[in-house]
Amino acid sequence: MILLSPLGAIGRSTLSMLGLIGRVAIYAAQAISHLVRPPFYPREFAQALLQIGWLSLPVVGLTALFTGGALALQIYAGGARFNAEAVVPSIVAIGMVRELGPVLGGLMVAGRVASAIAAEIGTMKVTEQIDALVTLSTHPMKYLTAPRVLAATLSLPVLVAVGDVIGIFGGYLVGTSRLGFNPATYLDNTVDFLELWDVLSGLVKGAVFGFIVALMGCYHGMNSGRGARGVGRATTNAVVSASILILASNYLLTELFFTA
Amino acid sequence: MITLEGVHKSFGPKRVLRGVDLNIERGQSMVIIGGSGTGKSVLLKCILGLIRHDSGTITLEGEDVLTAERDAFLARFGMLFQGGALFDSLAVWQNVAFRLLRGSLKRPMAEAREIAIEKLRRVGLTPDVADLFPSELSGGMQKRVGLARAIAAEPDVIFFDEPTTGLDPIMAGVINELIREIVVEMGATAMTITHDMSSVRAIADRVAMLHDGVVKWEGPVARMDDATDPYLHQFITGSADGPIEAVR
Repeated sequence: MILLSPLGAIGRSTLSMLGLIGRVAIYAAQAISHLVRPPFYPREFAQALLQIGWLSLPVVGLTALFTGGALALQIYAGGARFNAEAVVPSIVAIGMVRELGPVLGGLMVAGRVASAIAAEIGTMKVTEQIDALVTLSTHPMKYLTAPRVLAATLSLPVLVAVGDVIGIFGGYLVGTSRLGFNPATYLDNTVDFLELWDVLSGLVKGAVFGFIVALMGCYHGMNSGRGARGVGRATTNAVVSASILILASNYLLTELFFTA
Repeated sequence: MITLEGVHKSFGPKRVLRGVDLNIERGQSMVIIGGSGTGKSVLLKCILGLIRHDSGTITLEGEDVLTAERDAFLARFGMLFQGGALFDSLAVWQNVAFRLLRGSLKRPMAEAREIAIEKLRRVGLTPDVADLFPSELSGGMQKRVGLARAIAAEPDVIFFDEPTTGLDPIMAGVINELIREIVVEMGATAMTITHDMSSVRAIADRVAMLHDGVVKWEGPVARMDDATDPYLHQFITGSADGPIEAVR
């Protein structure tokens, strides 16, 4: 069918994509509006903070540690071609705080959290728990979406900050133990070349990625199809869409922060 | 108390409700029967505003359900869902007291817990169940907890969606008796949807048969067996022969 009518297929896909973008945008606007209007659910927010922030620390920390180490090795190998091995500490630090910390942190949290949120809310939908919430005079956007979106938006920058420190530490470990850097010189170079905006831009990216992760998890969960297949598909869609949006928004934010 | 006039609802090309007219008096127990996929659950969700009907009017004591103030409107309802729909992440007592822990009916936590335990006792569950989670309960116990949650805020109207589905006959009988007792005791208006005829006979004051998106027969439960309507007759006798097509 696609072979017989390729233009029709492209048109349908485009319309479908535009429709999806519109629905997600409306959902995002609703989520934000519910964030600022009472009632608020502090207990649900605290639970979401624990699930999204605290319990993601190990995975983000390990990712940052190994990435920092690998980055040091790569920059050392690449820098050796230009006799520029000394740039390892500063490039590791800038690379981690500007790009790898927020992006890899965001992607790891997307894998862990967006899937969990979509599966939980999707299961609630197919077992009529969302309908039950409504009959109990509780708005699902307020009770389920708003606390998760707020928790992810606030906790991702913290996770990114912790990941930055661990990532730089990973580079330091490899640099001093494998590449022969003097520990004090390594730290001096790291601090000297790092600017405040490098760190802040990464934290802002973290907040945006956190918003995206929770929003995609909630959106796909709320729009989950019926049965195990529907929930499974919602979970996959949440992770895939969150990951793509993180990478796309990372490019846009980098353009905005560093080329404007 | 609840009046439906010419209610239509379609999902894409599928016309589920094709002009439902029904009136449920205050304090009455109305049971809606009909085969699977005839729109019973859709009808119930339209009354609650969980699904928006396409045309026609649904009123609660003269007030249109679409224009009524949502919180005040929903505070008058309790509902027992088919699968219980208990919140997995909350303990049993928090499920029962959900409405009492937040919103306009909010009470202090200790008082809400007391009320929850009292309601659990009312549906035949001991207080030690209160701190368990729904996943630790049997199907029958989950139905009882769902029933306790439905009555926790003492609503004027209680909906029961397939209350005995998935239960053994003895447990189904227990749930039917509980529903009848509680509805009479509270003086609540009840609306039950089911295709379990033992439930119908135990719970109903009046019965309405839904088929093809319209009410085919409506009357007192005592007249149900003598009714000449061929749709109703086929349904209550469970016969494969009749105007209702059975997919073989």
